[in-house]
Amino acid sequence: MAEATEFKAIGTRPVRPDGVDKVTGRAQFGADLNLPNMLYGKVLRSPHAHARIRRIDLDAARAMPGVHAVVSGADFPGAQHGEIGGEGGGDVADVAKNVMARDKVLYHGHPLAAVAATSQAIAEAALAAIEVEYEVLTPVLDLEAAMAPDAVLVNENCFTKNLPEPAEKPSNIASVMTLARGNVDEGFELADVIVEGEYRIPMAHQGYIEPHACTATVNESGQATVWTCTQGHFALRTQTANILDMSVADLKFIASEIGGGFGGKTVVYLEPVAVMLSTQARRPVKMVMSREEVFRASGPAAGSCAKIRVGAKKDGTITAATAWLAYEAGAFEGAPMGPGAMCVFAPYDLENFRVEGFDVLVNKPKVAAYRAPGAPQSMHAMESALDDLARELNMDPIDLRLKNAVAEGSQAAYGPKFPAIGFRECLEAAKAHPNYQKPVPEGAGRGVAAGFWFNAGMESSAEVHINEDGTVQIIEGSPDIGGSRASMALMAAETLGVPYEKIRVLVGDTEASGFNNVTGGSRTTFATGMAVIQACEDIIAQCKDRAAKTWGVDADQVEWEDGQAIPAPGVNAELKPLTLAEIMKTAARTGGPILGRAALNARGPGAGFSVNFGDLKVDRETGKVDVLSFTAIQDAGKAIHPAYVEGQMQGGAVQGLGWALNEEYIFDGNGVLENPGFLDYRIPVASDMPMIDTQIIEVPNPSHPFGVRGVGETPIVAPLAVAANAVRDAIGRRVHDLPLSPPNVLAAIEEG
Amino acid sequence: MNGVQVSTTVNGDVEEFVCHPGETLLEVLRNRLGLTGAKEGCGTGDCGACSVIVDGQLVCSCLVLGAEVEGRKVATVEGLADGNRLHPLQDKFLEHAALQCGICTPGFLVAAKALLDDNPDPTEEEIRYALAGNLCRCTGYDKIVRAVDAAAAELRKSSKKKASGRKK
Repeated sequence: MAEATEFKAIGTRPVRPDGVDKVTGRAQFGADLNLPNMLYGKVLRSPHAHARIRRIDLDAARAMPGVHAVVSGADFPGAQHGEIGGEGGGDVADVAKNVMARDKVLYHGHPLAAVAATSQAIAEAALAAIEVEYEVLTPVLDLEAAMAPDAVLVNENCFTKNLPEPAEKPSNIASVMTLARGNVDEGFELADVIVEGEYRIPMAHQGYIEPHACTATVNESGQATVWTCTQGHFALRTQTANILDMSVADLKFIASEIGGGFGGKTVVYLEPVAVMLSTQARRPVKMVMSREEVFRASGPAAGSCAKIRVGAKKDGTITAATAWLAYEAGAFEGAPMGPGAMCVFAPYDLENFRVEGFDVLVNKPKVAAYRAPGAPQSMHAMESALDDLARELNMDPIDLRLKNAVAEGSQAAYGPKFPAIGFRECLEAAKAHPNYQKPVPEGAGRGVAAGFWFNAGMESSAEVHINEDGTVQIIEGSPDIGGSRASMALMAAETLGVPYEKIRVLVGDTEASGFNNVTGGSRTTFATGMAVIQACEDIIAQCKDRAAKTWGVDADQVEWEDGQAIPAPGVNAELKPLTLAEIMKTAARTGGPILGRAALNARGPGAGFSVNFGDLKVDRETGKVDVLSFTAIQDAGKAIHPAYVEGQMQGGAVQGLGWALNEEYIFDGNGVLENPGFLDYRIPVASDMPMIDTQIIEVPNPSHPFGVRGVGETPIVAPLAVAANAVRDAIGRRVHDLPLSPPNVLAAIEEG
Repeated sequence: MNGVQVSTTVNGDVEEFVCHPGETLLEVLRNRLGLTGAKEGCGTGDCGACSVIVDGQLVCSCLVLGAEVEGRKVATVEGLADGNRLHPLQDKFLEHAALQCGICTPGFLVAAKALLDDNPDPTEEEIRYALAGNLCRCTGYDKIVRAVDAAAAELRKSSKKKASGRKK
């Protein structure tokens, strides 16, 4: 544990290795690749939210000049059941049906056929020539109505999992879960004050600016190469292999630069289709989603309904809490019910609680992971309830949380005992923050809320090659979505004692790098970083061995300091230190090239806690809410590149505020998404937001050599309730449902 | 479909191309001229990722037809640096970590260039409004606004130097 160590590289803010290419337009993103002889692939999407496919006729499309491949569900093999890796819960067999519908279409925009043609215009004309006969069915669109025993079924073969007794008839409730401790009835009896509330949040989209895009080319022996913008090219390769019944050895996945993902680019949409089309056409096929397709048919976050009840004594001690959490999965099971239920009470040390979770099918797009999946929805409810509780008790909202906060040794509501965590430190920092000391501006309200995310470890691999001149090449396989090449280079610089500028980082394709799970779960700096550190330690051991050979001493008589091999104290002091460059000069004679490596399944990611507060102003005539100031405080364990840690905190804050204030999927009565574009699905723009103040807390994670804990997801959790609590403070009434858009806030003001 | 023959200037170079009448400038830049710095985030003028400057005016190249740039001057992110010297906006974006994924960055740089060409000393509010047509989902805008502010200061400093140099 490097707690008291002075770092040389870690904690500095150098320019990222991929920076110049990204400010000059040189960096290649998903849609930027063009290959000779390339075709354009397009997808036919369902115009109905729920319908049986009676007949599909591809002949006219196939006959069109310029059309080289046409596929529909019947061309795809039946995929094996299997867990999707990473955070995107669900089953590969469902993903296969989401990629291409078989007998039923389950949401407006569900793919049911695809074509590849010599131009986009011909591809579009070919789609129009495909004849489909539908039997339109009643769509299931309301979360709570979908849970009723007599509801129309999205999937007639869906039987609720995890019930005490096996389900006898099908249901839209795909699975349920319960988490409990102590006795909530007794706990509520001990309470002096009880607060309750019901909170609803509609589906929202990750809103990455880069639409899904990929290019596939399959040769005559069936070997495929796929370029795609993804958070995990290894994960997408596995899914594609499963869906197409191929060997992973026949699929080479190359991750382009990725234009945002936030969890939404961890599952396949286009890749298996592009491979199928290229297999038929024997030419490269490029597929790019339009923004409308992104909204209609790629990963929204689950809509939710949360019912919360919290009881406390006069001094603020929580005596009992219950949560009822239902999440919309979309057309296939896999809503983030589990993590949402495990997070809802995670920051608090509770003797008595009960959480019930429900994963519910509706005729809307299949949800995907979205930054701390499930937590923003459930914690918005809990953190709003705590705000009500603080008001009832006439307590400062930070003091109420401090009274109940978990600390090292507390048994987390979701099971394990916490090692060192920084929640109390965040709360204390918030209380002492100059922004918190300032009075709330006239006409505004202040909201406070906490955030939590587990963070993930999972599989990572890294190699470190020492070049002939002593410079360093890192090869790993975690797509760089927000500066991770810089963190890898900084950790390698620190470990090896080599200047940052001498290190290069490659995100290798699936043939060039060992297996790496997705860039998700806030795991990359933690887990892939750990692999890089271990690979550097491997290098150091080998370099000491080479120096020992050069000097004719035993390896244990060599030490490593500041990027050089030096003789251990007491060993011949006249031996001159050997730098990496000097070691490499004689490497051929001392054993050949030097290559370090590590492959691991990282454990102990270290939970991430945050405390956010902000002042929001409500226009009482229009209901419009403006963010006047916002402060994000978060435990990063150890910030490797503080500017990118701040960036995660600021970006998550604004994304969370967008979700809280304005973003929502609006469906009509037939299940057609009415706002599938950035004009009507309005994400925050620069003029909507103030500067986002940040304070990084560093309580080192004992499981990481430098104390790192993930920072990517926690930032989006607290802002939803910060906004809700600030609006409550400003207008004197709680608006339970999100978004806090002008019509909703105005209605609340007028009711009051 | 009949092609339209177009002669234009892109980043100072004369470019001749034939495009379909309905083809956008963004498609021409990306698919015919190989300039993929401008990105398509929406295709409807809502995200600004395809921002370019045509005759001094900031436009979404997805809303301009290729045929419309006949005889005009187009500036894209690829022309922002001066040889091996990055433009101060590019330097400051890197220094301030004003990009995370980087997909919106070319559009922001071009929009910021258009702002600073017009207003060398913008307030924070002016920067925020000038960039309100460009969506960024990663950064929360804080570091972008700071980078533009720092680049403006840098440009003012160097133009002052140039001006005082001329006086001598």
